[in-house]
Amino acid sequence: MLPRFWRKIKYRYDIVGSVCETCNTKYYPPRNFCPICRRRSSIKEEMFEGKGKVLSYTVVHDTPEEYKLEKPYIIALIELDNGPVITSQVVCSENEIRTGMRVKKAFRKYFEDGEDGIIYYGTKFVPDED
Amino acid sequence: MERVAIIGVGQSEFGELWDSGFREIVLKAGIDAIEDAGLEGKEIEAIYIGNMSGGRYLAQEHIAALIADYSGLAELGVPATRVEAADASGGLALRQAYLSVASGVHDIVIAAGAEKVTDVGSEMTTDIMASSADREWEGFVGATIPALYALMARKHFEMYGTTPEDLARVSVKNHKNGALNPKAQFRREITVEDVLNSPKVAEPLRLLDCAPLSDGAAAVILANEKIAKEYADNLVFIKSCTQASDYLALHSRRDITTMEAVRKAASLAYKMAEVSPQNIDVVEIHDSFTIAEIMAYEDLGFVEKGKGAELIREGITELDGSLPVNPSGGLKACGHAIGATGIRQAVEITSQLRGEAGKRQVDCETGLSLNIGGTGATAVVTIYGVV
Repeated sequence: MLPRFWRKIKYRYDIVGSVCETCNTKYYPPRNFCPICRRRSSIKEEMFEGKGKVLSYTVVHDTPEEYKLEKPYIIALIELDNGPVITSQVVCSENEIRTGMRVKKAFRKYFEDGEDGIIYYGTKFVPDED
Repeated sequence: MERVAIIGVGQSEFGELWDSGFREIVLKAGIDAIEDAGLEGKEIEAIYIGNMSGGRYLAQEHIAALIADYSGLAELGVPATRVEAADASGGLALRQAYLSVASGVHDIVIAAGAEKVTDVGSEMTTDIMASSADREWEGFVGATIPALYALMARKHFEMYGTTPEDLARVSVKNHKNGALNPKAQFRREITVEDVLNSPKVAEPLRLLDCAPLSDGAAAVILANEKIAKEYADNLVFIKSCTQASDYLALHSRRDITTMEAVRKAASLAYKMAEVSPQNIDVVEIHDSFTIAEIMAYEDLGFVEKGKGAELIREGITELDGSLPVNPSGGLKACGHAIGATGIRQAVEITSQLRGEAGKRQVDCETGLSLNIGGTGATAVVTIYGVV
């Protein structure tokens, strides 16, 4: 998994996706080929502003091995402002999370490969409401 | 295209089959199907096998060759092909087998599906199943398969007023049917309260909203209509068998309350079979999670989008309703033997159309099965008829 993770660090540590300059569709994760107009010449990288709102969410109780210590945690689909929809964790209480909630990006740890293994970081979201 | 008939069906038990290995359960299903068809075995011209992850569950690839070997068909050199589309692998095997006969290339073939999951632990199983969605961009952040279906359920609740009780009713119905099926893993009834009080898996989904992952195998023998009559007089025909794809990850889809692959495969299946949703008498739906059955009611065209829950509230999809869904008990009560499920559905619809379904028999002439891969990136729809 490590080389596979390492290759995508740039896109995970910040919200760097892509945009098709032909049809103006925005993608995260990044694509190097637009599935809508099926052309690759017009795909460019784009950094998305890390703000948006929760489209749907779930509180996960039955977790994969690497997330045992985090349970329960919240997974959401977040629609970025002027951007694509992203699957991410939201860091807040179970009582606080709701659909339509405004959230913003935050750099956080996801999990680690045991006590001596590497730590996987990435982008999560936190509440962004006054 | 040639007309294709199902002339034999077979199935192992589904469940935690600690005493049986992969080879045993596959052979059980295959030999049952061959005997049911009245074949010697050497008439079979090709084998298609659906299996999601022999590589990780058994550390065994080349599954098709293994099955050809242990079934005695390698002795004759019969070609064997494994196909994979997560838990739609069985549906794909059925479709590949169907296409090979419909095209006129083969006259008699076997389509099987098999999975042996209990040789690894439950955490490994969760991890293997997560590979049916987008590993790098969904699995990485902790979005398990139940979590992804939970996202669909929450959205369906908010857009259309579907409730946790509606989901529970799906599970209750399927358990009630499964209690009548001697091959089902769970042969006992449960209540709505049982579902609503079961442990949370990924809210709003609870343990009894989720189908178990099981060991099991199933097989069907397909034959060209021209020779099928030599083997059976209660023929069931495959009127159409279609497949469609959708974006792998939920975040790439326009509407997560709709499975576009199901809509597209169904629309083509009805057209090719020259039937409409109103002509369907019995259905097997891929209820890996209860919300999937409600969404499928809509995406298969039985009811308009957003009104799926009405079918379960009004009892329409009960065994004695006007559109019985999952008379077998579905994945929830039969058990979900991943790569075997799509074939097990074909076995059930065939038994129903032959009038051999015992206590769970419904009145039917036309049936439909829906097999889904992962969170809906692959869908296979098959329509069956007695004429």
